[in-house]
Amino acid sequence: MKRTINLIINEESWPVDVEAGDTLLDVLRTKVGVKSPKVGCERGDCGACTVLLDGKTVRSCLILAVEAEGHRITTVEGLSKEGLTPLQQAFIRHNSFQCGFCAPGIVLAATELLARNEHPDEDQIKEALAGNLCRCTGYQPIIEAILEVSRGGGEDDG
Amino acid sequence: MMADYTHIGRPHIRIDGLEKVSGAARYVDDLDFGPDLLYAEIVESPHAHALITGIDTSAAQRVDGVFRVVTGKDFPYTFGLYMKDRHIFAQDRVRFAGEQVAAVIARDPGVASRAAKLVEIGYRELLPVLDPDEAMEPDAELIHPDLGEYPHVPWFFPRGGTNIAHWRKVRRGDMEKGFGQADVILEDTYQVPRYAHCAIEPHVIVGRHDRSGQLTLWSASQSPYTQRNLFAEALAPLGLSHKDIRVITPYVGGGFGGKAGVTMEIIGAALATAVQGHPVKVRWTRRQEFTNTYQRQGLRARLKMGIKRDGSITAMEHRLHWDAGAYVEYGANVVNATGLSATGPYRIPNIKIDSLCIYTNLPPGGPYRGFGYSEFHFGLESHITRLAKKIGMDPVEFRRKNAIREGDTLAYGARMNPSGLQEAIDRTAREIGWGRAERSADPNTVIGKGFALFWKAPAMPPNASSAAFLKFNEDGSINVTVSGMEIGQGYLTVMAQIAAEILTVPVEKIRVQLPDTDRNPYEWQTVASHVTWSCGNAVRMAAIDARDKILDLVSRTSGHDRDTLFLSEEAVRCRTATDFRLPLKDFVIQGIQTEDGTYRGGPIMGSGTFMPEFTSALSDPETGQGGHPNVHYTVGAGAGTVEIDKQTGKMKILKIVLAVDVGQAINPDLIRGQITGGLLQGLSTVLYEDIRFDEKGRMLNPNFADYKIPTSLDIPEEMVPIIVEVPQPDGPFGARGVGEHTMIPAAPIVANAVEDALGRRITVMPITAEKVALAMLDKPGEK
Repeated sequence: MKRTINLIINEESWPVDVEAGDTLLDVLRTKVGVKSPKVGCERGDCGACTVLLDGKTVRSCLILAVEAEGHRITTVEGLSKEGLTPLQQAFIRHNSFQCGFCAPGIVLAATELLARNEHPDEDQIKEALAGNLCRCTGYQPIIEAILEVSRGGGEDDG
Repeated sequence: MMADYTHIGRPHIRIDGLEKVSGAARYVDDLDFGPDLLYAEIVESPHAHALITGIDTSAAQRVDGVFRVVTGKDFPYTFGLYMKDRHIFAQDRVRFAGEQVAAVIARDPGVASRAAKLVEIGYRELLPVLDPDEAMEPDAELIHPDLGEYPHVPWFFPRGGTNIAHWRKVRRGDMEKGFGQADVILEDTYQVPRYAHCAIEPHVIVGRHDRSGQLTLWSASQSPYTQRNLFAEALAPLGLSHKDIRVITPYVGGGFGGKAGVTMEIIGAALATAVQGHPVKVRWTRRQEFTNTYQRQGLRARLKMGIKRDGSITAMEHRLHWDAGAYVEYGANVVNATGLSATGPYRIPNIKIDSLCIYTNLPPGGPYRGFGYSEFHFGLESHITRLAKKIGMDPVEFRRKNAIREGDTLAYGARMNPSGLQEAIDRTAREIGWGRAERSADPNTVIGKGFALFWKAPAMPPNASSAAFLKFNEDGSINVTVSGMEIGQGYLTVMAQIAAEILTVPVEKIRVQLPDTDRNPYEWQTVASHVTWSCGNAVRMAAIDARDKILDLVSRTSGHDRDTLFLSEEAVRCRTATDFRLPLKDFVIQGIQTEDGTYRGGPIMGSGTFMPEFTSALSDPETGQGGHPNVHYTVGAGAGTVEIDKQTGKMKILKIVLAVDVGQAINPDLIRGQITGGLLQGLSTVLYEDIRFDEKGRMLNPNFADYKIPTSLDIPEEMVPIIVEVPQPDGPFGARGVGEHTMIPAAPIVANAVEDALGRRITVMPITAEKVALAMLDKPGEK
């Protein structure tokens, strides 16, 4: 049974026709054309499909598109609208990604963390990232970038 | 001596950074193909070993929305990189659980999936051979009865009528004499299970065979040109030739060796020809990613070494039995490469190495970061520490004494390249505080330290080559096209730095483009940690070619002697006329106007190629002597401090250090990235990852909940990368590769640290907390 729902994605309104069983990930990627949430495992283990729903991270492969109606959905495309955020800039300075496939999800997980805690310490950062797998970096450069933002530094030294 | 470089050796930020953190980077699955895109679902064998007695596709064919159902009958073609032992779809038999038997192509993935369940396949089960030693028994079921007929590269030696697909032998010196001279002989067996790459991006390919006959593939691949070559070879019966096939590789979400070769991509290429006119997508699920790509091969290594009381090694006998899986078209070369190098980075006068590629009914083994070296280093570096302790010598001192040096004779007779191994040992030992015992403040924990050396050479065909094109734009910016792949290592940035150094153009003004085989020049593959070295040489040559054209042109038009001209800060300058300065942007497209108003020159372009012209894989099959199969070795040392909970066996890496001789760091930050990432991947193989199969050869844990890879909570407390730079004479600016090496020493470091802390020697990987806890219940000693 198809129905039309209205999704608010990166502060833009998108009417889309969905089936009841369509995941938010699938709808974002194939019906809206937002490609930064990635298909990694389709069972909530890897975090590559992470998006923010009203500012909180969710696995877009685990929630249905119909459940997201009326909520604010944010992806990295939305973060970058006015240029890169200080966090994204720190990611570039610290080489906090290699292949880049996990980067959108990790940037969002860190964005959520910094929104609720401006100055997280290393343990809090590790805890916040624990749901996002990265096979390339060894995580260390990611943690360093977030710590730099947490300490309020770095914006002038790039 | 450090040369004075402007762009080389600088920690330049990645040129793909903006795309990757902004969500702009496009991977294959992100590309749109329009409403006629079709989806394929693969019908897999549930059995590890069976004969196919019949296939009925009629019910699936009748499902609304299904375009085509194909089986092995439609594609009776073989493929393989080093040995053609595999069909695109299974023919008369299946050899591992998960093997592709048929495919359903439909308008919608859901329809394809439902229809695939209606394909009926009859099987007669055969006894699966799941253990390489079992496969070696004289009465073992033959997995490839036609092994003797398979085409293969000349440096493989398959044994028809057995399950041995390749047997690499290396013989040097006199074993009897060598062991006779030894005061201490130690012999033991080390076991390393299979592992999975776990790139976060699953394999995916989209193929379109258009009505003009061109076959275009968008592939998540490390090896676009090798893919094209293998597609062309396998699909030649359909009338396709190389020029008709085009492989485009946008960004790839991690490779680690798993996206070299065509293990699943051949399916996409074939299916595209079955629905000509429509694009068709094949995307692996995470489960398929574990079961039907390549796995790292399992290893059982029997190692016997003799040493004298003074600490010198007299002899090594190393027998490597590889669980190579159902098909070895790529994996047999892992066996070959390690057979050549299983001495590790040591001077050993008497050597007997046997490396056997053994078919089993488990998923195909293949390339995985380290290409077999991680596997044999686990046993070798465990053994080295044990030998040192047996004669009461410090394990680091023992390594220092026996470490290979420039000019030493390698196992196969060639000479060792320049290396900073001694420096790597010294700096690693100093950084880890070797010799300083550490005590935990917590009585429930103990602390141990482990040390290991490593080496690795690129494993390539002797004529593997690279090429590069470079062209200037109107504003003096540059586009470089190459066909190495940005798999995360920072390759694009490094190539830009190399071009920048020669042409004195800032890195920001250089775009290095991802591969497209119709437009970018040849590259063999992005594997073997060789692209910085090999493609870096090609880019350097292309930049020099462009520079030569620039200086020739300016000499011709300015009258300044060619030898007095040079490039500096995006302009041509002259040593004898210091006020002469001609900006590149003024003429690299427009040319240079002469006094009569006419122009000279034209668009400036450069091309470069590189092939190592000193390598040969030809050698005596019985001794391995006579060839020069490896271009060079990258070497280094690593050490770690491990804290162990005495009750649970849980291990925490307090500190881990890795020093690697990269020849010349083109970009030190990117090398540090390879070190931290590689170390964690290596630690993961020893501490966390634990692959399981049932008694029928089916993988039990093909997902990230049951097959654990590290999260941010599982990293060492401190990771210290150390860069050693002893230049490689034939490398670009002296550089050699580093990508794979950083994971090689991790497992033996942990094994040696566990023994140091607990007095228990664990010889079977992984070394999980459970295994350590159980070992503590045993008496101290070696087991």
